[in-house]
Amino acid sequence: MGQRLDEAARLSYDEAVLPGAPTPGPRAGARLSRAFTRRWLALGSLLTPPVAWLVVIYIGSLLALVAVAFFRLDGRTQRPTTSPTLDNLRQAFTVGTYLRVVGQSVLAAVAVTLLSAMIAVPVTFCVARILPRWMRRGVVVAFLLPLWAGYLVKAYAWKAMLRQGSKFGVDKAGGFLESTFGWSPGFGWLAVILSLTYLWLPYMLLPVYTGMERLPNSLIEASGDLGAKPWRTFRDVALPVLLPSIAAGSIFTFSLSLGDYIIPAVVTERKVLMIGNLVERTLLAPNQPLAAAFTLWPLLIIVAYLLAMRAAGAFENV
Amino acid sequence: MRISRPSRAVLVLSVIATLVFLYVPLLVVARLSFNTGKSLSWPPKGWTLDWWRKAWATASPKEALWHSVQVALAATAIALVLGTLAAFAMQRYEFLGRQTISFLMVLPIALPGIVTAVALQNSFSRRIDLGLFSFRIGFGFHSLVIAHATFCIVVAYNNVVARLRRSSPNLLQASADLGAHGMQTFRLVTFPLVRSAVLAGAILAFALSFDEIVVTTFTAGAGFETLPQWIFTRIGRANDVPLVNVMATFVMVVSIPLAWLAQRLTESGPD
Repeated sequence: MGQRLDEAARLSYDEAVLPGAPTPGPRAGARLSRAFTRRWLALGSLLTPPVAWLVVIYIGSLLALVAVAFFRLDGRTQRPTTSPTLDNLRQAFTVGTYLRVVGQSVLAAVAVTLLSAMIAVPVTFCVARILPRWMRRGVVVAFLLPLWAGYLVKAYAWKAMLRQGSKFGVDKAGGFLESTFGWSPGFGWLAVILSLTYLWLPYMLLPVYTGMERLPNSLIEASGDLGAKPWRTFRDVALPVLLPSIAAGSIFTFSLSLGDYIIPAVVTERKVLMIGNLVERTLLAPNQPLAAAFTLWPLLIIVAYLLAMRAAGAFENV
Repeated sequence: MRISRPSRAVLVLSVIATLVFLYVPLLVVARLSFNTGKSLSWPPKGWTLDWWRKAWATASPKEALWHSVQVALAATAIALVLGTLAAFAMQRYEFLGRQTISFLMVLPIALPGIVTAVALQNSFSRRIDLGLFSFRIGFGFHSLVIAHATFCIVVAYNNVVARLRRSSPNLLQASADLGAHGMQTFRLVTFPLVRSAVLAGAILAFALSFDEIVVTTFTAGAGFETLPQWIFTRIGRANDVPLVNVMATFVMVVSIPLAWLAQRLTESGPD
């Protein structure tokens, strides 16, 4: 991957060595080591600022957060103390109510991911293989633009879409779905899954489309020539090749859904609780140590997920 | 592979349905911002520009908008420098821990916003004792900039690294063969090569920061409100529905063309 520009890096190195090259000796050795030093200095000065920023501010904060989970809350000042305890972890990882919220969040994230993949595969297949070439770029851009419409704006839009009419109050009419199709899933889990799929679908569409484009035509043709029906070709030939792309997309659909708290807050008006809402509530309680313990859930699940997806080859595709 | 005519039709329909699914909710909000009624019910009652006029005349959304722009500009500037540096390092050099660093870059956007938010809130609120001196970052404009820059780095990084990956190293080689020294090569070859990618990264980082709500909620101080926060606090209030519609539409109208422009820049390739 880095080979091509690495040649460019080697170039400056060659340049340093070549002038003195015919007479290998102490002089050339000194040049060589100078080139090495220069290389490391250049790399260091490029890499230090961004890595220092991310490690100190971001990784540092994450580690501090993990640490807070192990400290007792001072009931009077409502601030974490310095006396260690495992109580927060015990609560976050054993209390049934919390476990149910975690379980439901995971299920919702899985549902969003499956739904996104099920939409993305046929849709990107059509764009990459059936639509005329001149339309492809335009359609893909059209898929991606809503990503930038504003997360909150989209959550709000779904509130407007899903609104159910009521018999009472000033305003009896329902939202767009109800008045257009006569039915709305209302403000429950279905609403959460639908809205989250809406939010993160473009993240699945893009990598799967890239995978679709790379899928060699000859492979599909060969499968057809050998007598496989389209479905068989899809299942046994195309899908295995596409799997890393789907895995790459699923990183976003899964992890962004799992930790979301805006959708339950805005769309369902807090009728549905996800891990994020649990964290928010606890933090505002205020019980920072317990909130920190809750954040370990998405942290652990997502790091595990990322590692699993890396094994599935997802990172070679993003 | 031969695909029958009916399956072709179904597939094309699925593309159209997906586009409808993606755009209808946005259009609904945009339409409601011109609604004479004051609720989110559909169909809207009539057309009016009243809410847009009212939003224009109200101070708080404008102030929030200005805050958002300031934060986004500052965060973008930092993210651009850091992301571009990282992109050059990652693309030019092979070293131990490269994988780890690319993992590190993605982490702030792969981990849920709430985790980043709570983590940063915790460390900004603490007094950090370094022995010689101690300080507390606290909350306000600066804490938002730090937080936003952290997750914008990856956007700038991704754009530049993708461009570098696509461009031929022969160009640098040719430049050196023609006798250019390092600085000249950078000025005449490398910089023009990545210029539009850097700009695209800047636009996307700006858009990302401009829209952000989760990390913002937890790292903004009292009295400093960005536009998404302004919207968020008013979403549940029946009286504010028309103005929220207007500002939500405004965010879309600003962000989507920006994203489109970034897309064009990314595609245009080295100019």
